[in-house]
Amino acid sequence: MIRKSGLLYKSFYILQKDLHQEFRTRYAINAIFLFAITTLVVVSFSIGAAELSQNILSSLLWIIIFFSAMTGLSHVFVREEEQQTADTLKLVAPPVAIYLGKLLFNILLLLGLELILIPLYVVFMDMSVGNLPVFILMIVLGSTGVSAVATIMAAIISRTSAKGALFAVLSFPVMLPVLILSIQGTALAIQGSSISAGMDEIQMLLLFIIVIVTASILLFEFVWIL
Amino acid sequence: MWKIIGTGITQAFNQRTIFRKLSFEIKSGESLVLVGPNGSGKTTLIRIVCNLLHPIEGKVEFYYGNETKMAGQLYSSIGMVGPYLQLYNNLTAFENYAFFRKIRGLNVDHGHFKILMKKFGLAGREFDELRTYSSGMLQRMKYVCALLHSPPILILDEPVSNLDESGERIIYDVMEEQKRSNILIFATNNPEEIKFGDKKIRLAV
Repeated sequence: MIRKSGLLYKSFYILQKDLHQEFRTRYAINAIFLFAITTLVVVSFSIGAAELSQNILSSLLWIIIFFSAMTGLSHVFVREEEQQTADTLKLVAPPVAIYLGKLLFNILLLLGLELILIPLYVVFMDMSVGNLPVFILMIVLGSTGVSAVATIMAAIISRTSAKGALFAVLSFPVMLPVLILSIQGTALAIQGSSISAGMDEIQMLLLFIIVIVTASILLFEFVWIL
Repeated sequence: MWKIIGTGITQAFNQRTIFRKLSFEIKSGESLVLVGPNGSGKTTLIRIVCNLLHPIEGKVEFYYGNETKMAGQLYSSIGMVGPYLQLYNNLTAFENYAFFRKIRGLNVDHGHFKILMKKFGLAGREFDELRTYSSGMLQRMKYVCALLHSPPILILDEPVSNLDESGERIIYDVMEEQKRSNILIFATNNPEEIKFGDKKIRLAV
């Protein structure tokens, strides 16, 4: 039985508060969606009628997702610092609950973006997906990994002066394994490979998510309080 | 019965010592006032007491009876108002109240919310976003959020900043009530407020 004041409830209340704020201001949503759609249109026009391999299609999709994430996922912590609500939050909730709430928000934001971006990508790039369930699984796992890295990096950079540049520079090396695995896995799904063919990527992505979330939970208190 | 004991607290920024070896003790039914000129470290000490800042030396311990309370066990016991603690400006007063109640494990109580809003002179503005509030109204709202869980420990930094005369009277009543059976710690240089302190720490630049 989970107490209403338990950690998961607190994470949920933080998520709820962030969603509420986001839907009212649409600060991150606007940034991330406009960037993704603009990039998609630019990519689509520059490719023209050229026929692309599954690997290229998958790479271009994840490049758009990566840069969109870099545009919007740091807002969860940057907003708290800029509005001077970070200290208020520190006084009322344990760091782990705050991290989990913010992580869930970033996952939802990225998946929400993909819900719109991917159908448009399929149409603009004239792409057909061979194995839809595996494709969706790869997108969900890859996005969770990207969000997990982005959330802890957002906490780290939120009190620095050159937030935007630092966020991308610090996130990219840590995110690289997720991107490579997601690109490979998504290419397999576009080809129509079965789930067993993509099992290596799925397992590695799951492992990466577990490691990065665990490490973030352990480190977050030091990043957040000090 | 709550007790806070600060022992040998030293803080420095960039090799400049703010204060050295500060100690204090305060228990329920008492109040502690921090006074001193600008830059003497009143806010720094307040932030250390709230665990928003770690001192380079010394510690602050919280006791409930004989039981030591760790920082992670104090979320529902401390209420704080300070110029650097802001509320969520794009949420309404009620949404802020609901968030801070729920995160502290309390149910959202509309009746209680209305009573608090009336007490702090904000009745009728319950469903307005805080960005439409004046600075004085925001200060009043900070008290609504700091007191919504009836905290046994209330910490105030510049308690009446931005408030008009009626707002000041309300806050003085709150401070009087708090120190009667709970702990009140506050930082000020206003002679009107200093008299609320049973114990005093005078900080120097």
